[in-house]
Amino acid sequence: MSTARVLVGTKKGAFILTADGKRQKWVVSGPHFAGWEIYHMKGSPADPNRIFVSQTSGWFGQIIQRSSDGGKTWEIPGGEKLPKPGEFPAGASNKFVYDASPETGKPLTTHQWYDGTQHPWEFKRVWHLEPSLTDPDSVYAGVEDAAIFRTTDGARSWHELAGLRGHGTGPNWTPGAGGMGLHTILLDPKNHNRMYIAISAAGAFRTDDGGKNWKPINKGLRSTHIPDPDAEIGHCVHRIALHPSRPDVLFMQKHWDVMRSDNAGDQWREVSGNLPTDFGFVIDVHAHEPETIYVVPIKSDGEHFPPEGKLRVYRSRTGGNDWEPLTKGLPQQDCYVDVLRDAMAVDTFDPCGVYFGTTGGQVYASADSGDSWTPIVRDLPAVLSVEVQTIP
Amino acid sequence: MILVVLPAHLRTLARVQGDVELDVPAPVTVRSVLDALEARYPMLRGTIRDHVTLQRRPFLRFFACEQDLSLDPTDVPLPDAVASGKEPFFIIGAIAGG
Repeated sequence: MSTARVLVGTKKGAFILTADGKRQKWVVSGPHFAGWEIYHMKGSPADPNRIFVSQTSGWFGQIIQRSSDGGKTWEIPGGEKLPKPGEFPAGASNKFVYDASPETGKPLTTHQWYDGTQHPWEFKRVWHLEPSLTDPDSVYAGVEDAAIFRTTDGARSWHELAGLRGHGTGPNWTPGAGGMGLHTILLDPKNHNRMYIAISAAGAFRTDDGGKNWKPINKGLRSTHIPDPDAEIGHCVHRIALHPSRPDVLFMQKHWDVMRSDNAGDQWREVSGNLPTDFGFVIDVHAHEPETIYVVPIKSDGEHFPPEGKLRVYRSRTGGNDWEPLTKGLPQQDCYVDVLRDAMAVDTFDPCGVYFGTTGGQVYASADSGDSWTPIVRDLPAVLSVEVQTIP
Repeated sequence: MILVVLPAHLRTLARVQGDVELDVPAPVTVRSVLDALEARYPMLRGTIRDHVTLQRRPFLRFFACEQDLSLDPTDVPLPDAVASGKEPFFIIGAIAGG
């Protein structure tokens, strides 16, 4: 029987929810890694039982854990006990060291700080893990301060793809209010050399050669809160999504504005349309309808909760501009939670399931493409990320 | 035998219960204790001190014999009571009161 497995990262641990394909009765397992911030947890498309977790703490730093049995047991790659005392492992799953080697040609040591001065790059945490579409041992990691790393040995060791920071605009990148995190990594399923990433608050970037060279893809974005609203970089991109069947079409939730590109990010146009506010964090695409997209409008800049205390998912069946509120089963009064950028996902059942988590600790699910919603778990710690696996 | 007291999160990570006993060759210093600890529990590498610089993580402190050793050079010998195993070496996470 097919299974839906929802991976939930929270401020105080990870939770795994499972249900059969009807998605009516859910079993909650957790907390895993209790007390740690779980920024992201994602399964490998090549081996669904292989799950990677980013576990972080202000006290103890970054940990990467891995499961090979669907989340029942966990291991720290590279942290295995050794047969000989004093012998160190070859790699370390939590060792993220920026590439400053002369071979890159452009070792970077500083970026722009909030006050306009230059500031050293300092690794803080892994925001996002994106497993390879084909190899269960290969994963990309988006980190704060913004950079992209890759492992090809199941997370035992990580190496920076330094061409991103080194492509030229890196010294001008500035952190957003939440830090300078690389939070979005999209792999093109039709072109394995193409990848998209996004950074708060530098913008979106694309590589067409497997990560060696990168270029900003921010034309058409307009951000009135930065000195040059049409600048090449400096836009606070919150999230990008694509449909696997049509990877040149991108949808973006920016700090303000919902945007769309039909040419792999070379040019963007606004599709906010009739949304009650075009601020928000999440955006995702229906699994079977490439023109059906979802956002959760949030009131900003200062509040970061739903307008009018009504938690509403908005769906567009036209790739933007025309939006309908989805409210059935969602609280329509006195609701003041936020939905963070990595906290929405879709499954590939038919009808498509849509999931999102809130800072109030609820995970809501819809088994009918958004028409109706139900909380599948309540009262968790604040939800940082939600992913879902559809397991045959 | 050196006795090391870990914060609860690191005990969970290392999958140990209670205090940790380590064989540490003389001279017993903060550095040699951490070297031995990380050799035996490689999953703790990077959680107490930086992988590359070996600097103590800022929210952790080292204590022994009621002394705060956090700012001492890491190659200074630890008190005899620690080296002999009579007193533990504490690794403590900063705690906010209130």
